Amino acid sequence: MAGPVGRYPDSTGRRAFRYLLIAAVAVTFVLSLRTAQVDPRLLLDPQALSNVARFVSGALPPRVDREFLAFLVRPIAETVQISVMGMVLAVLIGAPLGLLATSSLTWRGILHERATRAGRVLGGLLPYGLARALLSVFRSIPEYVWAFMFVRAVGLGPFPGVLALGVAYGGMLGKVYSEILEGVNPRPLEALHAAGAGKSGVVLYGLVPEALPHVVSYTLYRWECAIRASAIMGFVGAGGLGQQIELSMRMFQFDEVLTLLAVLLALVGAVDFVSGRVRAKVVG
Amino acid sequence: MYELADVRKVFDDGSVALDGVSLTVGRGEHVAFIGPSGAGKTTLFRILNLTLRPTGGTLRLDGIDVATLSGPALRRARMRIGTIYQQHNLVGRLRVVHNVLAGNLGRWSTLTALGSLVRPREAGQAARALAQVGMPEKLHARTDELSGGQQQRVAIARVLIQAPDIILADEPVSSVDPTLAVSLVILLRDISSESRKTLLMNLHSVDLALTYFPRIVGIRDGRVQFDLAPDKVTAELLEELFAGHADEEREVAALRAGMSPFGRACRPLPGFDR
Repeated sequence: MAGPVGRYPDSTGRRAFRYLLIAAVAVTFVLSLRTAQVDPRLLLDPQALSNVARFVSGALPPRVDREFLAFLVRPIAETVQISVMGMVLAVLIGAPLGLLATSSLTWRGILHERATRAGRVLGGLLPYGLARALLSVFRSIPEYVWAFMFVRAVGLGPFPGVLALGVAYGGMLGKVYSEILEGVNPRPLEALHAAGAGKSGVVLYGLVPEALPHVVSYTLYRWECAIRASAIMGFVGAGGLGQQIELSMRMFQFDEVLTLLAVLLALVGAVDFVSGRVRAKVVG
Repeated sequence: MYELADVRKVFDDGSVALDGVSLTVGRGEHVAFIGPSGAGKTTLFRILNLTLRPTGGTLRLDGIDVATLSGPALRRARMRIGTIYQQHNLVGRLRVVHNVLAGNLGRWSTLTALGSLVRPREAGQAARALAQVGMPEKLHARTDELSGGQQQRVAIARVLIQAPDIILADEPVSSVDPTLAVSLVILLRDISSESRKTLLMNLHSVDLALTYFPRIVGIRDGRVQFDLAPDKVTAELLEELFAGHADEEREVAALRAGMSPFGRACRPLPGFDR
């Protein structure tokens, strides 16, 4: 009586498909093992070990003199600012595209039962497809490559890092937001819709409140990743701690590298702490 | 109010939910729908509240074929119909006040709706609606912290705010205890009578239907089996309606033996040994 809510009989075709899938995964794994040249013995090679030893002995003790630490203040602040501004931009890109990429909101399912075919395609499927395509372009190009391009476009410094984070992470946020929104129980939404609410009403009073904990949680997790990513992007000149790590590595100043990595670890830990507090407040 | 002519609904998977329903409901009428589960009652209600589109036949609302409605006209028509669901279908994470005020969404602009989430608009109106359903103190509670019966009252308050001409209640009391069930059915009936709203209710409990409604429609296999005043609904008709559905047959047998889960709240049924 509940209507067309999914019943998926486990047909023979479906079962055959499943075996095929398992076989494909197994073959892929074996092939990858060969082509990725996985060979643990290389790690124990004397040459490799002596290289590691050189790195480790060079790194210890880490450089913690006053001059170096004072010098670090700026890159640290820069890294935090890049990650924060990058996330703001990512949310501004990801949230609207994520909503458009939510099929239950744009063209499929109970809210669109009465829409005409033309209306569904033009008003729903088209923007949905465009949003999804845009999101996959944004997130399949690594932030490192975006940063490289933006450095060419706007010059060295934190700004290209912000742009790169915003675009790449906007793509990821949008994709995950749409998946979270699709997972929201459609029945309360149906009730709002049946009472005459428009799309914005359904979004504000149904979708967003139901999805908010997951959305906030995932966004905070991404912020944590953004701190690390801003270090990588520094390698191509997009400012922050990364740029400093790259410089120190190139100069074989492993004691500085170790300090920088410790700072990065502390930053990630601090972000983890802050996001934990925020998460507890929102999810509670 | 409603005119249904040979309404059919076949779902995409080929299952036939409604197989030609014809029915007329006048303004202010109270009608109970009974029938075994899977008979198509919920589908019928989803068609009546303009969520689903019938695959055949016509549904007229005040003489207008609803198939012709779209866009703003469709939204206005939906606003005139308030629905209460078995599972409340409230947004659990929102506070009660917002769930109640959501009844206004058909009238509000996006900005007004957004603003009200920050600072509830017409909170007094929401408080009055909650008082009417008997729980004024829950205005600022988180909705998912309420009991099932309280949530159903919030859903009724939301419909009060919506102020529709028609109230559709789809199994509104199936998930609450018998005492509460009776009080909710009476509440819905009184609310509808006060403002001459049309009330259509799907009821799992035959005796609630026969006691509180002047018109009973029996639905089976997507068709109207009978459409009668309660005193014309005989035990034989009920047995026929529920034939082959073991659980419901047992309940009808219990009714015949004079056992009702609602006790005195439901009057003895005519034609039943009691």
